[in-house]
Amino acid sequence: MPISDWFKAREGRRYTVASADKSADLPDGVWLKCPSCKHTLYQGALENTLQVCPHCTHHFDMSAPDRVLSLADEGTFEETEAGLSSLDPLRFSAKKSYAQSLASAKEKTGLAEAVVTGRALLGGHPVVLGAMDFRFIGASMGSAVGEKIARAFALAQAEDRALILAVASGGARMQEGMLSLMQMAKTSAAAERLSRAGVPYISILTNPTYGGVTASFPVLADVILAEPGALIGFTGPRVIEQTIRQSLPKGFQTAEFLVQHGMIDEVVARGDLRESIARVLDYLCLGDVPDAALGAACPILTEGGDE
Amino acid sequence: MSRFVMEFERPLAELEEKLVDLKALDLAAELHLGEEIAELEAEVEQLRVTVYQALSPWERVQVARHPERPKTQDYVAALCSEVFELHGDRLYGDDEAIFAGLATIAGRRCMVIGHRKGKNTKENIRRNFGSPHPEGLRKARRAMLMAEKFGLPLVTFVDTQGAHPGLEAEERGQGWAIAENLATLAALRVPVVAVGIGEGGSGGALAIGFGDRLIMLENAYYSVISPEACASILYKDSSRAPETSACLQMTADDLVRLGIADEIVPEPLGGAHRDAAAVFARVESAIASALDTLCGQELGGLVEKRFVRLSSIGVFTEGE
Repeated sequence: MPISDWFKAREGRRYTVASADKSADLPDGVWLKCPSCKHTLYQGALENTLQVCPHCTHHFDMSAPDRVLSLADEGTFEETEAGLSSLDPLRFSAKKSYAQSLASAKEKTGLAEAVVTGRALLGGHPVVLGAMDFRFIGASMGSAVGEKIARAFALAQAEDRALILAVASGGARMQEGMLSLMQMAKTSAAAERLSRAGVPYISILTNPTYGGVTASFPVLADVILAEPGALIGFTGPRVIEQTIRQSLPKGFQTAEFLVQHGMIDEVVARGDLRESIARVLDYLCLGDVPDAALGAACPILTEGGDE
Repeated sequence: MSRFVMEFERPLAELEEKLVDLKALDLAAELHLGEEIAELEAEVEQLRVTVYQALSPWERVQVARHPERPKTQDYVAALCSEVFELHGDRLYGDDEAIFAGLATIAGRRCMVIGHRKGKNTKENIRRNFGSPHPEGLRKARRAMLMAEKFGLPLVTFVDTQGAHPGLEAEERGQGWAIAENLATLAALRVPVVAVGIGEGGSGGALAIGFGDRLIMLENAYYSVISPEACASILYKDSSRAPETSACLQMTADDLVRLGIADEIVPEPLGGAHRDAAAVFARVESAIASALDTLCGQELGGLVEKRFVRLSSIGVFTEGE
């Protein structure tokens, strides 16, 4: 079914696990163990908690469609560039062919690529909203992900909408070779343009965010948020331990570690993300407030409200 | 003859050694082996062509990593005059893995940035084998912004295995430093010429490694991931790097074909270290002609062209 219908079908029940339909006839998939507190959880129950463990607040991975629905004001998300998808320009084939990986990722997720983008309202603010889906080849950035991200930046600028990107990624998509590496430059160039245009950009780093994706558009945001416990870095811990033979401290590369080192603005629990972003946008989108048009840089809030 | 022998040139090295021995013997014992020597010389010459012509991607990687291959500091010494080096990122420290300095190339005053590998173990330890920490990339960024402020064209020499993978680098924001450089380079209002002289390892290379022109030395490579790391991800066996280096399409030829590099500077048979002076002359003239073209252009137009070109990189379908 086309993704637009799929979104429509899900609108009613907002926070669902992407694999929930399949798990209905697979009893094994109904229950899962929280990797953090080891509680056995009913998967269906996680649908009502934004995929957060009710016992220890461990944040499970969230699919891109669930993510955009969890952030957008109800019923406002309209997908853009839904069909855009990578090809296999290098005919990359080592062990498993890239063409095969692409086909199975599409089948598994029902998505055309590892990022979903669209227009939405968030806390009443018109935004361009995007989310990456780790199930799709580790949400790695190839030509199509880079193009969709760049177009999201361009759309945000053209329509003067704040840009909100929820990021997760293993890094650049090596099966597209240098074309992937150049997406880092391409998306960073797009981010720089939006920044110069004065349009707000907020990124949400989620578990995991690594490699060439960390080192490009996500960290160029005006405000960088991250989910609790999310692992975020350039080089992964295993590679560091192998190459440099350094032992790494507990909590290394967690969202909390990054706040301590001054790299991100705030760690925000999934359930509070929408409200936090809306609050920041209230400040950064003053262009939406009529007084701002009159040149009032500091609009005075009316009592009991900020409209 | 060079001291360091790469795996694939071993048969040639052995034959060359035989020739030297034969000549020495002839001289010492007055055996009048002129004919035999001439024959062996011809054989060496033929083998040299066979070995060095049409190098495989993996062989090129070895040439690109050759310890005697000319490094950034060699290019600076050979091509640049009136050099004034700039140190430090004004935030944390000075990273010797990155060179930054004011320099005159082909009569033009420029800003020059490059990855700086060492010539020996001692230098390499100090320069971290040319793998920058965030402070090195931030020094580079400072130099980029200074170039823009004073209207100096930027010339970069790319030669790194990649940004340093380590605890401190992560603490100080390696990913952040790379991203900020990418954004800065993309919008820099002066001409930017990047030259791939050896290794182009992923984000650490890209952070100073693109612009209005990308010139690649014939045996330089540029890749999203090292062939060894790619092999260990795919096969859990880094010794299969010869295969993955072909899959990744990372040679100068590949880059031109993909529309990422503009120009290839040919190297002498066997690699740049075989005749560095010839390579310096060719690189200098490639940089000079790139600057001649770019420096005449209106600056706003230059940034726009660079943006359009970056934006057009990628192969995808819009779907049905």
